[in-house]
Amino acid sequence: MTRAKLPPWLLLLMPAFLILAAVVLVPLLLSLYSSFTPYHLTRPETLWKINFPFNYEKALTDLGFWKAFGRTVLLLTIALNLEMLLGLGLALMVSKVQRGQRTLRTMMMFPMMFSPILVGFMFKFIFNDNVGLVNNALQSMGLASTAIPWLVDGNLALFAIICAEVWMSTSVFAILILAGLYALPQDPLEAAKVDGCTPWQSFRYVTLPFLMPFIYIAMAIRSLDVARAYDIVQVMTGGGPAKRTELLWTMIGRTGYVDARMGYANAMGYIAILLSIAFTVYFFLKLQRARRELGMED
Amino acid sequence: MASASEHRLRKRLLKWGHFIGLFLAMCVICIPGLWVVLNSFRPTVEIMAKPPVWIPNELNLDHYRAMFGGAGEGGIPVWTYFRNSLIISVTSTLIALLIGMAGGYAFARYKFKGKAMTFVMLMATRAVPGVALSLPVFIIFGRTGLIDTHLGMILVYVALNVPFTIWLIDGFFRQVPKELAEAAEIDGCTRWQAFWKVEFPVARAGIASAGIFAFLTSWNEYALASQLTRSVSSKTMPVGLLDFTSQFTLNWGGMCALAVLMIVPALILTFLVQKHLIAGLTFGGVKG
Repeated sequence: MTRAKLPPWLLLLMPAFLILAAVVLVPLLLSLYSSFTPYHLTRPETLWKINFPFNYEKALTDLGFWKAFGRTVLLLTIALNLEMLLGLGLALMVSKVQRGQRTLRTMMMFPMMFSPILVGFMFKFIFNDNVGLVNNALQSMGLASTAIPWLVDGNLALFAIICAEVWMSTSVFAILILAGLYALPQDPLEAAKVDGCTPWQSFRYVTLPFLMPFIYIAMAIRSLDVARAYDIVQVMTGGGPAKRTELLWTMIGRTGYVDARMGYANAMGYIAILLSIAFTVYFFLKLQRARRELGMED
Repeated sequence: MASASEHRLRKRLLKWGHFIGLFLAMCVICIPGLWVVLNSFRPTVEIMAKPPVWIPNELNLDHYRAMFGGAGEGGIPVWTYFRNSLIISVTSTLIALLIGMAGGYAFARYKFKGKAMTFVMLMATRAVPGVALSLPVFIIFGRTGLIDTHLGMILVYVALNVPFTIWLIDGFFRQVPKELAEAAEIDGCTRWQAFWKVEFPVARAGIASAGIFAFLTSWNEYALASQLTRSVSSKTMPVGLLDFTSQFTLNWGGMCALAVLMIVPALILTFLVQKHLIAGLTFGGVKG
């Protein structure tokens, strides 16, 4: 009867631990191991040869890898900040509306239902140089005489990808910040008004600190799945043109599946995994601290 | 009096600015989706027309007919993809909900050492990028024969959804006062009975919305599905979408039609639970 000695919480969490161990933890261990080998998909015996730091050395000295790494961090920084600002703006605007707020809120959630792959495809269509909405509109209005090669030029393609990413994820921020605005206590705001604060001051020193936990929730939720951008990039440019929109994730996918160099891809994958987990843990800790400051903890 | 009229003018300007800003924002949100819906009804000639045709001359159901007709448009078996997606998403959602309910209950009702750490660790498993996870899973599934099966995809999606489901459900169970369940236990219920008779019904709406979230994740997932499904027998719709692309050409109209087919179920489900969704996310986060 050793089973009965398990505390109930552990028993309840056991199924979750088991499935996560089977589908996430064990594969991660395997990928850690295989990142120490020159494993090649078409040559299974290479799995048993250890060449430890080789793959990591190769990745860390490869300029292409660092470019992709830098681009990924840049994309995440720009996208997350833009989403936060736009979401805040959108939430503030919607919260000021008197009538039809429910409808607006529903519309705001619209992009959340889209599959990232669908968002990618949609923006590929919109930014298409020949039949896309953007070029058609620009040309019809006489703002551009020739077709702008949105997805062919490296910088423009990155811009288009950020547009798609921001379109898809701003609503997460807007919805959660809006929920924060609904929960905002009115007394401090009125006190600030009586004390002669300008609207900007009361926003900066009363509303915003209160909203911070909600912003961190949104950040934490977003950081759980930052790699969703992979789907968008994959369908919009596939990392091209000439690898100028290559992100860490598209690079991993190509090395692993197209070149079949699993060992090397797993080594890069591990770096990407650590990056994602660092993002997530960072925002969760921020969230916990913001909660403590507001005294919202149990 | 000058300052009063100036004040009024500024107020009016602000009001108009607010209205225009909101209008533009809503346009940006809605137009891409509407553009896709519109193009799913337009003949290919009109989509490709140069100069562009702004006001559609002709709307028809050709793309839908071709899509459901099976062999018509390059023979993309949309119904099979739809069925695969449905089977995989529904099954994995149900399992994830059961596991998530147990886990969420544990987090909401029991105190134990290292609770915060356990929670962050659980969440961190969700943060593993799909494409990086797919590499080792691909190797393991290849060896065990789970690749290209419904079962394999269901397992993966359950694992993907469990952390987030636990987070949401934990938030909803926290809202149920402890005293309710305790009262039921005093009245002679076991803890198990108290859970199903008292706590579950109160948190039911929230659990449903956690389910929808899990469903949407599985329904929309691409990075893992694109590598772990190979043939028609298990491909899901997001992967099927790429069937419309070939090296140099794209069947925009057909893609748009499939896109609409993908969005409609997601749209309906989300509208059903949108209120609980927001509540769940914020309760789970702020008071957690």
